[in-house]
Amino acid sequence: MSIAIVLIEHEAGTVRSASLEALGAAQAAGCEVVAVATGSDAANTTAALGEHGAAKVVVLGGDKYSPDGLAGDLAKIVREQGAKAFLATASSTGRDIAPRVAAELDCALFSDCTAFEADGDSFKLVRPWLAGKLIASLKSNAPVTCATLRRNTFAPKATGGSAEVMQVDSSTDFRAVLSKIEAKAEGMLDVAEAPIVVSGGRGMKEAEHFSLIENLARAFGNAAVGASRAVVDAGWRPHAEQVGQTGKTVAPQLYIAVGISGAIQHLAGMKTSKVIVAINKDADAPIFKIADFGIVGDAFEILPRLTEAVLEARAKV
Amino acid sequence: MKIVACIKRVPLTETQAKVAADGKSLDSAGVEYMTSFYDELAVEQAVKSKEQLGGEVTILTIGPGSASKELRESLAKGADKGEILVDDNWSMRDNRATAKALANRLREMGADLVFCGRVATDRDNASVGPMLATYLGAACVTDVVELELSEGKGIAKREADSGVESYEFSFPAVITCQKDLNEPRYAGLKGIMAAKKKPIEELPLEAEDNQIEPLSLDLPPARAEGRIIGEGADAVPALMDALLNEAKVL
Ligand SMILES: Cc1cc2nc3c(=O)[nH]c(=O)nc-3n(C[C@H](O)[C@H](O)[C@H](O)COP(=O)(O)OP(=O)(O)OC[C@H]3O[C@@H](n4cnc5c(N)ncnc54)[C@H](O)[C@@H]3O)c2cc1C
Ligand SMILES: Nc1ncnc2c1ncn2[C@@H]1O[C@H](COP(=O)(O)O)[C@@H](O)[C@H]1O
Repeated sequence: MSIAIVLIEHEAGTVRSASLEALGAAQAAGCEVVAVATGSDAANTTAALGEHGAAKVVVLGGDKYSPDGLAGDLAKIVREQGAKAFLATASSTGRDIAPRVAAELDCALFSDCTAFEADGDSFKLVRPWLAGKLIASLKSNAPVTCATLRRNTFAPKATGGSAEVMQVDSSTDFRAVLSKIEAKAEGMLDVAEAPIVVSGGRGMKEAEHFSLIENLARAFGNAAVGASRAVVDAGWRPHAEQVGQTGKTVAPQLYIAVGISGAIQHLAGMKTSKVIVAINKDADAPIFKIADFGIVGDAFEILPRLTEAVLEARAKV
Repeated sequence: MKIVACIKRVPLTETQAKVAADGKSLDSAGVEYMTSFYDELAVEQAVKSKEQLGGEVTILTIGPGSASKELRESLAKGADKGEILVDDNWSMRDNRATAKALANRLREMGADLVFCGRVATDRDNASVGPMLATYLGAACVTDVVELELSEGKGIAKREADSGVESYEFSFPAVITCQKDLNEPRYAGLKGIMAAKKKPIEELPLEAEDNQIEPLSLDLPPARAEGRIIGEGADAVPALMDALLNEAKVL
């Protein structure tokens, strides 16, 4: 059985769902999984990682964070374990670290993959090209297959197992060092991670009206706010919320586009969502072409009613 | 100071993608090209850095000889010279081979500061910047939205999922540019005229073999036709019913 090293992301010891998905992906491809967790509270992740199929967890100690330092440590672990694959999630951290690990190992990187399968001694991967206009199936001829995996795409696997834990000191040889984090408002889910996304566009007319979008997101309880580029360019919402070709790629269970026309660059970032709902007053808006369900009408009337209906539905469960 | 911006030509955003006869590559018939969106930010930041710290800006690309079109556009915005590592197979070159070849050239040039785009908008890899930095043994901060430079070192803010992270680093360094970093300037007539006289050198590319082998390229499956549930707020109960009982997503 070939070994896959999986970089784990966690929030104060709680493993991010995307990392559990990556563990699931590695197992589905027939790999034995060695998970690597780093940062304070990393030791608290080991039980959850074992329960989701990690045979081994390497806890990297150290009190400074450096992306080049971490990448060097990960490459070393890959070599020591004789791993055939290195996986991370296609998050901001994963996309920062994985290319460096690949280069440390002198291997190519497969970014933002939507499928990862064993193929003889190696692996086959599927990923979008040209902002999702094309789907590429690729064979890896790299000695170690390094990939980032799209979030909300792979299934986690609860095995109920427990992992062997190894404590390793991280290197202290850094070229760039993290000196400060300005954290986002607490409790806000990232748009690329949330299972439900409520996005607003220019049809919301003013920044203040986004409270209607936020209220709906809050009503769901597990939703994030997204935005079109038009409203980000207007300064109504931060760029971190932008969905699309020059923003984030999202693939939630439910994507609700409100007052968004559905330009191709916006669709590039959300069209693989499982269910798409569009609310737009123009029945001819292109967003309706890819929406599963649409309501034609004024967002200012529809949003409060929808928010109420969601709260009611949730109160019943 | 040797400052370099790495740019890549990519199909125009509006390109209708067609699969070539081999079933594995983009049909390039009729495809027009532009400098990748984020690489425009890389060029702007390189010129700004030169304005602040002095030195010389080179625009470096791996691509066909005809990529001189994109290089001229960058030169018109204040860069000093261009270099093309000529590659007939540029559109299929993988990120490892690309990053290694760029790193080899950057090492020869003795680059102090290298700017890349966050991602090239053709294959959306977001890989070459941090990979070439690793091959160079240089510091690298990705997705940078704010950059402060002084003699030989800098502080870069990067947009992460959980907030904004600040990194301290020394030169040589590679910065990948994210959207809010700057507003690329327009090339004035004077710049366009000046660019005509600036040198563009074509060098042979010595690239390693690809490790990424395309098996097939397909159009994405079309989404099943959706439906309009109704008009106005009165359609909300029907939408809730569809979400709860049909799509079962709540
Ligand atoms: C290189 C490049 C990259 C780009 N990247 C991105 C990207 O990453 N993400 C992105 O989103 N865009 C991107 N764009 C921009 C994109 O082309 C569109 O301009 C943008 O998505 C439009 O945003 P919008 O739908 O909010 O605004 P509009 O197109 O103006 O649409 C507003 C919609 O609101 C509707 N509306 C108005 N009033 C109401 C109301 N009261 N109730 C309900 N509906 C109402 C209107 O009918 C209309 O359909 C990019 C463009 C380029 C050239
Ligand atoms: N062929 C190339 N020539 C020069 N620079 C490149 C090339 N390919 C990628 N880059 C640089 O690396 C960045 C990221 O590319 P990618 O990893 O392909 O998304 C681009 O924005 C460019 O700055």
